[in-house]
Amino acid sequence: FFSCRISSFRSRPSFLSSDLLKFKPSVMSNQQQQQQQPSATQRLQPKKQTMEDAYSPPANFLEIDVCNPETHGLNKDRYTDYEIRLRTNLPVFKLKESSVRRRYSDFEWLRAELERDSKIVVPKLPGKALKLQLPFRGGDGRFDDEFIEERRKGLEEFINKVAGHPLAQNEKCLHMFLQEQTIDKAYVPGKVRTT
Amino acid sequence: SFFGLVSQGAEIDIVLDGQESRKTAELKLEDGRKERLPLYYDGETVSGKVNILVKKSGTKLEHQGIKIEFVGQIDLYFDRGNRHEFVSMVRELARPGILTQGVCYGFEFVNVEKPYESYSGANVRLRYYLRVTVVKRLSDLVKEQDICVHTLAQYPDLNSSIKMEVGIEDCLHIEFEYNKSKYHLKDVIVGKIFFLLVRIKIRHMEVQIIRRELAGSGPAALNESETLAKFEIMDGAPVRGESIPIRLFLSGYDLTPSMRDVNKKFSVKYYLNLVLVDEEERRYFKQQEITLFRRAEKRRRPIANSYIEQAIFHHRTAQFGQQQQPTTRAQQQQSQATPPLTTPEDAAAAAISPGRHGDANNSAADSPELESGSTHVSPALPAARSAPGIKDVLGEDDDDNY
Repeated sequence: FFSCRISSFRSRPSFLSSDLLKFKPSVMSNQQQQQQQPSATQRLQPKKQTMEDAYSPPANFLEIDVCNPETHGLNKDRYTDYEIRLRTNLPVFKLKESSVRRRYSDFEWLRAELERDSKIVVPKLPGKALKLQLPFRGGDGRFDDEFIEERRKGLEEFINKVAGHPLAQNEKCLHMFLQEQTIDKAYVPGKVRTT
Repeated sequence: SFFGLVSQGAEIDIVLDGQESRKTAELKLEDGRKERLPLYYDGETVSGKVNILVKKSGTKLEHQGIKIEFVGQIDLYFDRGNRHEFVSMVRELARPGILTQGVCYGFEFVNVEKPYESYSGANVRLRYYLRVTVVKRLSDLVKEQDICVHTLAQYPDLNSSIKMEVGIEDCLHIEFEYNKSKYHLKDVIVGKIFFLLVRIKIRHMEVQIIRRELAGSGPAALNESETLAKFEIMDGAPVRGESIPIRLFLSGYDLTPSMRDVNKKFSVKYYLNLVLVDEEERRYFKQQEITLFRRAEKRRRPIANSYIEQAIFHHRTAQFGQQQQPTTRAQQQQSQATPPLTTPEDAAAAAISPGRHGDANNSAADSPELESGSTHVSPALPAARSAPGIKDVLGEDDDDNY
């Protein structure tokens, strides 16, 4: 049966070497050629790729959407959270599909955990809304639609960058953040993989 | 004239024998400028003439002797006082006397040894030169003339390919192969990258040539790396089972032979650096040392005209001709499953650069590299290939026919 790739990114790679414009000036037929000395620039024999490998979904499928912002509560105790929807085929993630809700402070917690425990340089989060929380400002402040949308985009960029890092994938805090319904801040930090 | 400065009094000119017909080579001077110098080889006689012209006719130039030296020396830039002469020969041209007019002396350093190649690098220089000295009471008159020396090597008898499986456990496993371990300066590097496991989103892959110069020894030794070439070999995201070919012509780059511990003073090594970059600018790389050598130039045989005509004809038919059958040679498959690579986290951490948002050590600087599993060094397989069909000329995958 025919299966096509479901990844959302690039098409098949193209070879950019000077391979592209080669031709072999030769007076012999191909059969004879195969028994002659190979020319100095001939390609090394590649291993054959199985049909399955060629047309299966790629092993690096990981998509995380930050979407559906919702503001909960009333007046001063309001907060906004977002749905973190994950789809993957990476074996390191226990669930191949997950959906949790997280707020900005949860992202800050994750960033702090990763900075402390992992060896990666953690990307920056979208800004805190400090200026917007000053009194006497017009508009909805940090519950303003435009602000939430900007923040949503920033959080989506952040989490995709982080979750795609092979070293971050080792951290328990990342898995808890992405796939458990609630974050247990009293958890025991540690690694997921035994390397 | 006497203005309180030391007047030269005489002009010294060194003329080498056969300079019109001798080959030249370009060498970088200390200030970065390039100079064309006559080219000599080990064992060749260095001979010529020294012309000394007294500047103002009528004046007398009194001297304590005139000599010419042939010197081969190594200068470490950071250790100015330390000039190591590994070749030093002197010929006396004239005994103490007086010069009243122009004079010409011949010299000959017969079959003089030139054991190392001239090299001009970041922190060290190896040069050969002739130096004429007119010894005077207050200050000598000195004239130097550099020459360039190339060392030639035989094509090695044993030139095994380099084949290795490297990666980051559970994320990226590749097998890279380069057809040789020793290349001459006009050679072509033929290789391939085979993807065994791809769990990251790769955006492109490139090959770099890096020169590493190690000058001096001990704690004061200086290491200087320079990336001489960057050559993209793949654009896009590969999957398991795909092979990416490499073909890199070395003649396009400014390379020298590899130099190992020259006179125990310095080394010049070359590395192929395979770099994979993912969607977030994280870089994964593997450096592999190769040996470069200078081969004696072959005399070309004249190509018969008929060959050239037939070659052009073949090219035209190849565009519109039939696809040839793929070869049925047995592939070199690995029968047992590759053992999982155990990579300590530190090595894995070190193998991935911080990416776009890297801090002080920015992603342009290479961090340590992919761990290797077992090293396979196998003789290069002679690869048979099908004739270029239309697809091949356009550079597309044969697979697209499915």
